[in-house]
Amino acid sequence: MPTHSESAQLDVQIDQWRNFLRNRRAIQAVDVVELEDHLREQISNLTESGLSTDEAFLVAVKRIGRLDALSNEFAREHSERLWKQLVLAPADAAEPQGGIARDAIVVFSLALAAALLVKLPALFGIPMVNANEEFYLRNASLFVLPLLTAYFAWKRNVAPATLRWLAVVFVAAGVFANVALFAHNGTAGMLGALHLPIALWIAVGVAYAGARWKEVAGRMDFIRFSGELFIYYVLIALGGGVFTGFMMMIFEAIGIKLQPFVQSWLIPCGAAGAVLVASWLVEAKQSVIENMVPVLTRLFTPLFAVMLVAFLGTMLWTGRGVGIQRDVLIGFDLLLAIVVALLLYSVSARDPRAPAGAFDVVQIVLIVSALVADLVALWAIGARISDFGFSANRVAALGENIILLVNLSWSAVVYIRFLRGRGSFTSLERWQTGYLPVYAAWAAIVVIVFPLVFRNS
Amino acid sequence: MSEQMEINKDLIAASSTPIVLAILAEADSYGYAILKRVRELSGGRMEWTDGMLYPVMHRLERDGEVKARWEVADNGRKRKYYGITPRGRTRLKDEHKQWQAVDATLRGIWSTRSIAIPSSPLPQGA
Repeated sequence: MPTHSESAQLDVQIDQWRNFLRNRRAIQAVDVVELEDHLREQISNLTESGLSTDEAFLVAVKRIGRLDALSNEFAREHSERLWKQLVLAPADAAEPQGGIARDAIVVFSLALAAALLVKLPALFGIPMVNANEEFYLRNASLFVLPLLTAYFAWKRNVAPATLRWLAVVFVAAGVFANVALFAHNGTAGMLGALHLPIALWIAVGVAYAGARWKEVAGRMDFIRFSGELFIYYVLIALGGGVFTGFMMMIFEAIGIKLQPFVQSWLIPCGAAGAVLVASWLVEAKQSVIENMVPVLTRLFTPLFAVMLVAFLGTMLWTGRGVGIQRDVLIGFDLLLAIVVALLLYSVSARDPRAPAGAFDVVQIVLIVSALVADLVALWAIGARISDFGFSANRVAALGENIILLVNLSWSAVVYIRFLRGRGSFTSLERWQTGYLPVYAAWAAIVVIVFPLVFRNS
Repeated sequence: MSEQMEINKDLIAASSTPIVLAILAEADSYGYAILKRVRELSGGRMEWTDGMLYPVMHRLERDGEVKARWEVADNGRKRKYYGITPRGRTRLKDEHKQWQAVDATLRGIWSTRSIAIPSSPLPQGA
């Protein structure tokens, strides 16, 4: 008979073996239970016939078969398990079923509310026509983001103090978007409309991360969420486009034109509601489906790196300077934003403990070449910015450029340190997540301060 | 006498279904006991890798030839029992006929061509 300590030791060994099994996607938890029952009975029979528990464990594990072969055999029988399915019902009954149904009801109610909110101004004499385009553009984020924030605040049980603070932010946003001093101010007003969603997105983040907003991991999750939400939203929009097209076509066939309905109801309401539905899908599928953004990042990081190196090489070879058109700075802003996004999403999907590899080198090449390209552009523009004058547009573009430049420069330093084995990868994560409020702060400055500084420009 | 005869993988795979179904036709059972029974019946000549039984069981379960249920075993652990279904019995009959045909054919060939067949060891233990 095995002694007490022997059986404790055996439990540890079986635990390890079970964990190995669990890592195989084709073998599910119930199968592990079944196999473990087998293993334990085998072991107890072997110990009865005189083997020590250690020996019995080894023999029993060997008889069950090599894990690779076993998992291949399971995969052949259960090939559907290799395609992660989006099951909204929990796979094992550990989670209460009611929670998911309740979640779905809440989300679809909020989506409906967002759809109705979009149509609310029409009730008060601001119909969705071209003359009111600016109004809708300024308020677009306010139709949706408060509801999205409310959803996460409810889901994460956000503390009342945070809740009050979030409410203040959204009320203030409503004021800045609509009070004449800030809103009806030509270019500065339009800039504000573009920057308001960026500033408010951080409020969504605070609700999304809940108590974890102060932690690197909490913010990282919010970054992952944002990326996946974008992908889902684009996919839903594509599906919505196909749906709308078919609907218009078949109604056209019986002589009914749906154009007005589609334009003033279906598209705006659908676009608002889809944000909530997409967010919920991202939440629900988190661990079920492979995240798409890191996959795209892997694909495009080398492409962008090669493109930028080729660009710099061509510039050196031909001696061409950066042409100084009015919009060139915005173009370079977008380039830096994409490089930051590529960096952010490869950071978000990387195992921080993994050693530096070839992909990290590609990443550094990308960052450094983007920095050099941007500096060349800044040099060219800076030399003549006084000729152009400091308009609201140009200052905003310049500010964004500097913010992204600072981010990338320090990222490059931290990354190179990591590559040379002098720092950990987590410091890069910490830098990136710590930087998030900077974007929001700058966006808030553009919304609040610019209309006061650049009057009637 | 103690030479280990290796039955090739394809034969093992092909015969696993009728063997499992036949064992379950005797009585409901679970993985470990099924394997033990296979070992007894074959006198140790059918060496299955234990783990490989389970994908086979799951396939039969999916095809509706066996039905599984969870029970709590004497040792307090959850155990998955399998029982044969009417559909499984039909399949077993079918397999039985097929294997008899194969067996008859082979017997015919062995006797007419009188090929020397090494005598197989008798099943030991039970």
